[in-house]
Amino acid sequence: MLRMRFSKEGNAVWISHLDLMRLLMRAFRRAGIALKHSQGFTPHPELSLAMPLSVGISSACEIADFSLAEGETVPPEQIPDRLNAVLPEGVRVSDCYDDGQKLKYLAWLEAELTLIWDGGVPENAETAIADLLASERLLVEKHSKNGPVETDIRPMYRDVSLTRTAGTELCLRVTCAAQNPTLNPMLIDAAIRRHLPALAPDFTRCRRLRLLNAGNEPFR
Amino acid sequence: MNEAIDRRLERILPGVQKPARYVGGEYNQTVKDLAEVDTRIAFCFPDTYEIGMSNVGMRILYEVMNNMPGVWCERVFTPWGDMEDAMRQHGLPLYALESHDPVRDFDLIPFSVGYEMSYTNILTMLDLAGVPLHASERKGLHNIVFAGGACTYNPEPLADFFDFFSLGEGEESTVEIVDCYRAAKKNGLSKEAFLLEVSKIPGVYVPSFYEHRYLPDGRLESIVPLHGAPEKVTKRIVQDLDAAVFPTKPIVASTEIVHDRVNLEVMRGCIRGCRFCQAGYTYRPVRPRSPQTLMRQAREALESSGDQEITLSSLSTSDYRYLASLTDELTDWCVARKIGLSVPSLRADNFSRDLMLKLSAVRKSGLTFAPEAGTQRLRDAINKNVTEEDILKTCEVAFSGGWNSVKLYFMLGLPTETDEDVLGIAELVFKILQTWKAFASNKKRGVRIHVATAFFVPKPFTGFQWEPQITPEEYMRRVHLLKNNLFSKSIEYDYHDSRLSEMEAVLARGDRRLAPVIEAAWRRGAKLDGWLEYFDYDKWIAALDECGVERSFYTTRGFGTDEVLPWDTIDPGVRKDFLLRERERAFRSEITPDCRHGCAGCGANGLLTEGRVCDA
Repeated sequence: MLRMRFSKEGNAVWISHLDLMRLLMRAFRRAGIALKHSQGFTPHPELSLAMPLSVGISSACEIADFSLAEGETVPPEQIPDRLNAVLPEGVRVSDCYDDGQKLKYLAWLEAELTLIWDGGVPENAETAIADLLASERLLVEKHSKNGPVETDIRPMYRDVSLTRTAGTELCLRVTCAAQNPTLNPMLIDAAIRRHLPALAPDFTRCRRLRLLNAGNEPFR
Repeated sequence: MNEAIDRRLERILPGVQKPARYVGGEYNQTVKDLAEVDTRIAFCFPDTYEIGMSNVGMRILYEVMNNMPGVWCERVFTPWGDMEDAMRQHGLPLYALESHDPVRDFDLIPFSVGYEMSYTNILTMLDLAGVPLHASERKGLHNIVFAGGACTYNPEPLADFFDFFSLGEGEESTVEIVDCYRAAKKNGLSKEAFLLEVSKIPGVYVPSFYEHRYLPDGRLESIVPLHGAPEKVTKRIVQDLDAAVFPTKPIVASTEIVHDRVNLEVMRGCIRGCRFCQAGYTYRPVRPRSPQTLMRQAREALESSGDQEITLSSLSTSDYRYLASLTDELTDWCVARKIGLSVPSLRADNFSRDLMLKLSAVRKSGLTFAPEAGTQRLRDAINKNVTEEDILKTCEVAFSGGWNSVKLYFMLGLPTETDEDVLGIAELVFKILQTWKAFASNKKRGVRIHVATAFFVPKPFTGFQWEPQITPEEYMRRVHLLKNNLFSKSIEYDYHDSRLSEMEAVLARGDRRLAPVIEAAWRRGAKLDGWLEYFDYDKWIAALDECGVERSFYTTRGFGTDEVLPWDTIDPGVRKDFLLRERERAFRSEITPDCRHGCAGCGANGLLTEGRVCDA
């Protein structure tokens, strides 16, 4: 089993999870790197993405696990260059290795929300948001099979920091639970919109920055 | 990238379905340095990204135009309704996918029009772009709007909207048109002077150079050429397909499209002569690509795209002379790489049965037949030369080889059709079911027989171009007659929407009086009419009423064989007297053997230059 890390940004953020799978499989074929195929009626390449990324969110830390076909001898360290030569803009592989940590050790995701107010950041926004996120409970509505459910997301994030990056932008960094259960960082944006409706930003951009294991070390 | 547009796009895209189709950036798209570009082309396809990106013609011409130094051709598709609404709400103009620059900033705005029910999408796109809808409102050389594609064999319903039409195959004429435009721009020509120049290019039809006069009863009286325009404009063809441009570095869509595979065109033209089929007549003469060229193109396109499937396309791929040697070589190459090879439009003959088994090496493709009619008499009348025996024999081979589903396509409302012919469909389906019972290798899995009927739409330049269409009510009566005679649970029956096909018939044989109807329907909100989610018959009926146009004039009336036809200015190579002869033979249920059994004398070989012959 090999693991590669890649980024997804620019126009590529609009590519859905399933389409990204197809895109990567095609890129492997273009690069002339043979993937191991599953057995069965319609054989398909064995390739999996660790954490499905919602459409519209950019990421500097995506992970794909895959196995090479029998007889495929490409050295892992050559895979990034070979793939990058045939990937569309916005998808870039940074490294590839065979000693990746087990996925069950993936614990945290560091994310960045850029909150944008077209008319400028409201005066009390920084403190109000900081206070909200520091409160004991933070209820949001999550959509489940049985309709909306109230969920307290407070135990699922930590290390919030807020920085004003432009007259119209606040940068919110937060470390979210990556597994059991996962917290989509956009739910923090949803919480702000729900509990501070007067401060609802005009637009929120989201980006995945880094994956961490339970020991707070980079997950790789 | 256009930052002003991108900032607005970022806000819109999270709220629309399948946003990847609105941003471009796919592998193998063409991006040029604007400093080296003097002519910008926004190549429009009046349907969704998924449909347009599956269109081989568009892919070819994208390559043709981008092969020209100094010319940058970009793609534009029709946004789905949610995206159109969002664009209007946010004041976002229609933009091209590669640069995200607004379409209104482009020099040339060509459209590829292949389907009548996409006409309102043309208006949606021009309107979203902020480009005036009517040719007469667009002054000067900026935003020259023209069209090509199958629908331009009768361009009259679109005559008000386009500056000119490019008829037939565009590989060569498009280059000439773009060069003519560049020269006009350089020399500061007026639009009128440019149109006069561009009309000198063979295959270019400028509708404003023709006056259509009508009789008091509404029929056409005459078509009068003005400004010394030729009486007939002959479509263009490529003489040598081996030398023609073919995109071997195809754009790889980053989201799923309709034909998500390499589409290799093995030949153009068709030897069969089905009397209802416009493509069968208008793509003549028959010209093959050599197997050597095709093998090279297949390898290059598959290696460049990473696609896992390739299809050998043409109107009748079984008739490609070198199919056996090509598929032998290609199958070996594909099997080694786990690439699926599919050959659509196979005929139900011995050779095809062998091929079918061979092709299932990687994965089984579906089994599909288009007998079009239920009885041999009617199949003879429409010249669809497939026999029941062939179909049943092929089903036998397939069912014993493990296939357990079959698709069958028919038409209802064909000229001379009776209830006996309709019931003949049910009988044929029943016999296929019996064949499965007798020969299936694995009966436990059951069988699916999918039957679909289309509502016959008479098209220009076919043996049936003069025939009336039956009413939607009569079509539905025949649909129910068939439905009530399909008994098994294994049979699934789908039929085309009667009203959609009626409107398609109006537009297919429409004249210039239809342009205001299209516009009125569009102003009432008609859009994406080819999609049942959107098609709204009432809007079209209201538009026809508003414009005082009677739809029966174009459908149930039929056209007299001595009548001046709106498309008489266009010459597709096949002669009118040949079509008339085909019509007469149809009424005698007399077949015309395929062109390889002797040239039927359609006239299309006249399009070939000296020394070249039709490969029928």
